[in-house]
Amino acid sequence: MKCDVVLVGVGGHGVLSLANFLGRTAIEEGLVVKQTEVHGMAQRGAAVWAHLRLADHPIHSGLIPIGTADLLLSMEPVETFRYLDYLGPEGIVVASVDPVLNIEDYPPIATVREALARIPRAHLVEVEALARRAGSPKTANVVLAGAAAPYLPISPEALERHLRVAFEAKGTKVVEANLRALALGREAGRCAVS
Amino acid sequence: MTEQLLEREAGAATLLLGDEAVALGALHAGLTAAYGYPGTPSTEILETLLAVGAEGGTVRAAWCSNEKTAYEAALGVSMVGRRALVTMKHVGLNVAADPFMNSALVSIHGGLVVAVADDPGMHSSQNEQDTRVLAAFARTICFEPSDQQEAYAMTREAFEVSERFHVPVVLRLVTRLAHARGLVRLDGVAAERPLSKTLEPTSWILLPANARRRNKHLLGIQPEMRAFAERSPFNRLALEPTSRSLGVITTGVAKSYLLECWNELPVEPSHLHIGTYPIPADAIRRLAAHVDTLLVLEEGYPVVEGQLRGLLPTGATILGKESGELPTDGELTPDVVRSALGLPARRGLEGCDFTPPRRLPQLCTGCPHRDAYAALEIALEGFDRSVVTSDIGCYTLGALPPFGAIESCICMGASIGMARGAAESGYRPAVAVLGDSTFLHSGLPALADVVSSGAAVTVMILDNATVAMTGTQPTILPSERLEEIVIGIGVEPAHCRVLEAHPKRIDAMAKVLRDEIDHDGPSVVIVRRECLESARHRKAPGATS
Repeated sequence: MKCDVVLVGVGGHGVLSLANFLGRTAIEEGLVVKQTEVHGMAQRGAAVWAHLRLADHPIHSGLIPIGTADLLLSMEPVETFRYLDYLGPEGIVVASVDPVLNIEDYPPIATVREALARIPRAHLVEVEALARRAGSPKTANVVLAGAAAPYLPISPEALERHLRVAFEAKGTKVVEANLRALALGREAGRCAVS
Repeated sequence: MTEQLLEREAGAATLLLGDEAVALGALHAGLTAAYGYPGTPSTEILETLLAVGAEGGTVRAAWCSNEKTAYEAALGVSMVGRRALVTMKHVGLNVAADPFMNSALVSIHGGLVVAVADDPGMHSSQNEQDTRVLAAFARTICFEPSDQQEAYAMTREAFEVSERFHVPVVLRLVTRLAHARGLVRLDGVAAERPLSKTLEPTSWILLPANARRRNKHLLGIQPEMRAFAERSPFNRLALEPTSRSLGVITTGVAKSYLLECWNELPVEPSHLHIGTYPIPADAIRRLAAHVDTLLVLEEGYPVVEGQLRGLLPTGATILGKESGELPTDGELTPDVVRSALGLPARRGLEGCDFTPPRRLPQLCTGCPHRDAYAALEIALEGFDRSVVTSDIGCYTLGALPPFGAIESCICMGASIGMARGAAESGYRPAVAVLGDSTFLHSGLPALADVVSSGAAVTVMILDNATVAMTGTQPTILPSERLEEIVIGIGVEPAHCRVLEAHPKRIDAMAKVLRDEIDHDGPSVVIVRRECLESARHRKAPGATS
């Protein structure tokens, strides 16, 4: 078994935190983990990505080869398209529909939506709205993790357990908001199956 | 995070960044002190050790003014018998090159390891220089890990080797090792070395007579170093008995890309992996005698490949960067290696018919640099010509739209000297723009030059009270002291101005800048407001991992 995940977004989205969270949870599930990240200048409002490789056997490269990823998790609709070539033939996309409008030539959102609809096996998630419903906009990346949960080789119980550990120091309210975000994301992921 | 790291018992596997693995390798080797200057992708090594120190560990870890001063502090630790680590990015070793090159001639006492992170592909750098070249330049030993486990093991080994050969040892990392996470099994913790000053005092005084003796000594131990590399367990030769067609040489992370493709290769090649330098020439000769064709996969410059080719024709067919099988620039990927191995390219999802617009890095909304650049634009209005030199930091993003505010970015501190040269050539106004940390790193001597020459240069110090680009590390001195420093160097107090950056005060800021630009002599304008990211971190300690 292997599950190669490309995680993408814009600086500030919590893409690296999400990759880290999933990686650490996967270790508790007894999986082998490799992860590659982009730090530094590239994080300043620019396109940010991480590769997360999970398997039950040794993993060599930290980078996922083109055309082999199982899952693309995207925090930003336009960013989704920058990495589609990593997806394998059966690859699944779980993407936020909420744009980050920090560039002048951002295409009309209707055009972006139409293009998203052309991606096979894409699940689009109203990430920001669900995060607000969960109680904090900061939980947006956890909403996405929830929506992707059915495709990850990580049990829902492990995700919940690790969320509690990860946010324990920030108090019960933060833990609960994140647990709600995970649940709302999971529900949305189920509904959005195309 | 470090609490978790330290709680792990020896033997447990933990998920570590390459940089964290180096930090823990050094810590577990009985490290006394670590020094460095922040630089992507090396920064997290010292950050990990700083966190260990903050949580009650005994290790001394500190950011320094620049890589040279960091290296020199580490040399002092070595001289009194204790183990020291210096960390920097590849171009930082240029700054530290003077102590680095000369320290290869002294008799290193406590182990001295210099961890240098290269950035092939230039994700966050001005060039792609390969630190293995500088290690060979200093005639010393270099380790190049292929994964996080090796990063940990090699760091420990590097201290031993440094003390055995009495030389500084280089640990060469690359972005895909430093900023990638893998599982690492940790070993036991060695005791700190006792305090004991070098037993060879004259070997630390590189007066010509001593230096000549030490140089002969360094040359004399080169065969021992080569023999050490030949025997190193990090260099592994596997000759494939059933095939003589192809031999692949990998170094560092290139091995992981070869192994990624291994199962698809029609014939198993022979394989030599190199992790310890000097280049193991005997192993290469044995491989070359076994196969018809050699393919060299290495991140960075064609260092091994260039040695293989030499100048005169050889019998072997050598494939690599110089023959076009691999690109000569950028970084390796599993797909680049796949192509070099002759495997068909894979294709990803196509046909969605949408090209995303570029999204370049940019200054944060509300960043004080935005106000500084807006004011500078107004201040320079009406001049037929002007030149604005700049430097390395977040403010370098002022080169991009919509600002287009700066015209150079070469190396740390270059802006001030360049503005002086332009001004003395008759091109005015000449404005140098650099950050507070860059100024303290290597702008100070250049400002002394400007004061000494009386050149009509205006230096803008964008003081955001942090090293922002690399993750808001503290500057070496509090920024309130900048004004005293500038005046102390000799800038006239009337021409050392301090402005509070604010979007509502841009015209007033521009007026002050214009006044100083019109001044026929050295002037400094400190534009001050705390970095947003830094303020966020300060208000929410431990907010980010």
